[in-house]
Amino acid sequence: MADVDVAVVGGGVVGMSVACGLLRQGLRVSVFDGDDSALRASRGNFGLVWIQGKGNTLPDYARWSRRSGALWADFAQNLEQETGIDLQLSQRGGFFICLTQAELESRAAMLETLRSDLGAEYPFEVFDHQALARHIPAIGPKVAGATFGPEDGHVNPLHLLRALHATFRQRGGRLVNGVSISSIRSHNGSFKLCSDSGTWEAGKLVLAAGLGNLSLAPQVGLSIPVKPNRGQVLICERIARFLDYPTGHVRQTDEGTVQLGDSKEDVGFDDGTTPEIMASIARRAVTMFPLLAGIKVIRAWGALRIMTQDGYPVYQESRECPGAYLVTCHSGITLAAGHAGPLADWIAGGNPPAGIASFSGDRFHV
Amino acid sequence: MFKRLPRIDEGTAQSHVTIFVEGKAVLVAAGESVAAAVLASGLSSVRSTPVSGAPRMPYCLMGICFDCLMEIDGVSNCQACMTPVREGMQVKRQTGTRPVSRGDKS
Repeated sequence: MADVDVAVVGGGVVGMSVACGLLRQGLRVSVFDGDDSALRASRGNFGLVWIQGKGNTLPDYARWSRRSGALWADFAQNLEQETGIDLQLSQRGGFFICLTQAELESRAAMLETLRSDLGAEYPFEVFDHQALARHIPAIGPKVAGATFGPEDGHVNPLHLLRALHATFRQRGGRLVNGVSISSIRSHNGSFKLCSDSGTWEAGKLVLAAGLGNLSLAPQVGLSIPVKPNRGQVLICERIARFLDYPTGHVRQTDEGTVQLGDSKEDVGFDDGTTPEIMASIARRAVTMFPLLAGIKVIRAWGALRIMTQDGYPVYQESRECPGAYLVTCHSGITLAAGHAGPLADWIAGGNPPAGIASFSGDRFHV
Repeated sequence: MFKRLPRIDEGTAQSHVTIFVEGKAVLVAAGESVAAAVLASGLSSVRSTPVSGAPRMPYCLMGICFDCLMEIDGVSNCQACMTPVREGMQVKRQTGTRPVSRGDKS
């Protein structure tokens, strides 16, 4: 007899979103989370709920991202009501700032192609420098312009993680902390999870352990072609509000903190920081917003994105071990509402979300 | 535990400087931090937070907690505990976030 209906391996934003959705379906759920030495993307990300440009080579991903974006307001409201934690969600649109005319034109063309591929209404606008300056007066003189996505937004990702954990406990979920699941066996329609500190049985299994899935997925007949991709983030002192919208590289939080980021490096499992990358992030941010030149940076970190070759998620049930699901993506914040809603409903036994076949890991074995 | 260093009396050999806390001249030991000087000056709070507006005083005194942010010589968000006093220094309470000028072009 299984201890719980579903075991979720991974207590980050992805695992907790799915786990909270499963609890809402009335299932008994345990989440297994690592310790502080684990590679924790949920503690290091940028906090964007970002739609524009997502899925430009896979329209189903654009649709899935937009669906999650549309579910976000209710998702956040429920979490806030249940936990009293303010997620600081704002979805009034976001700007992707382009420093050169060529960059702006190629980005506008990319969004135009995406719009026609989707064969549906796909809102975005292209602003030249002057039009952009009307919306963001702090923009620098060297900025060519920006694309605007009215569906984009941002959220406090640490508050989100805390709220997910709080609501999970309130609804009776069981969290097993500081545990490294070393082996998983499937037998008689259930799954046995083993670690140094114990063994557990569950009717279904969700692997949402980010890079930790690499060693676990093959044990239940799933392959996981993911690699780490490092992003470095700089945190600046709190300053008076100058930026009312998130941008792809710079955002200002509710409290006034300025966050700079969006570097991409292939450096294996090294989640450190380097002066060269930090300098280039800061230089670009100052070109975009010259007022940042005199502002102090108070913290920096590196974190590892969990990237597939094509950058899109993998959602898949194992054929070899039915009941075992792989859930991995790099946009766990944007997709949190989709994971807690339609994806969790599917794992609980409901209908698969529209277009989910596009996210099978089989696409990497053609 | 901690013990207050000897009082500064004018006329002793110990070197001292005058700083201005909210415009009021305060005699402090040279080399001391602004936070220590402000605590000795009797100011009731060094700032109000940008989030809740709650008053704050120096706390960790070693550069970690960022609770002692003050406006020092016209610059906001300075860590008072990490800033040594200088003769004539103007130290003011900080209210909320650091103001930035949109005219600050680099």
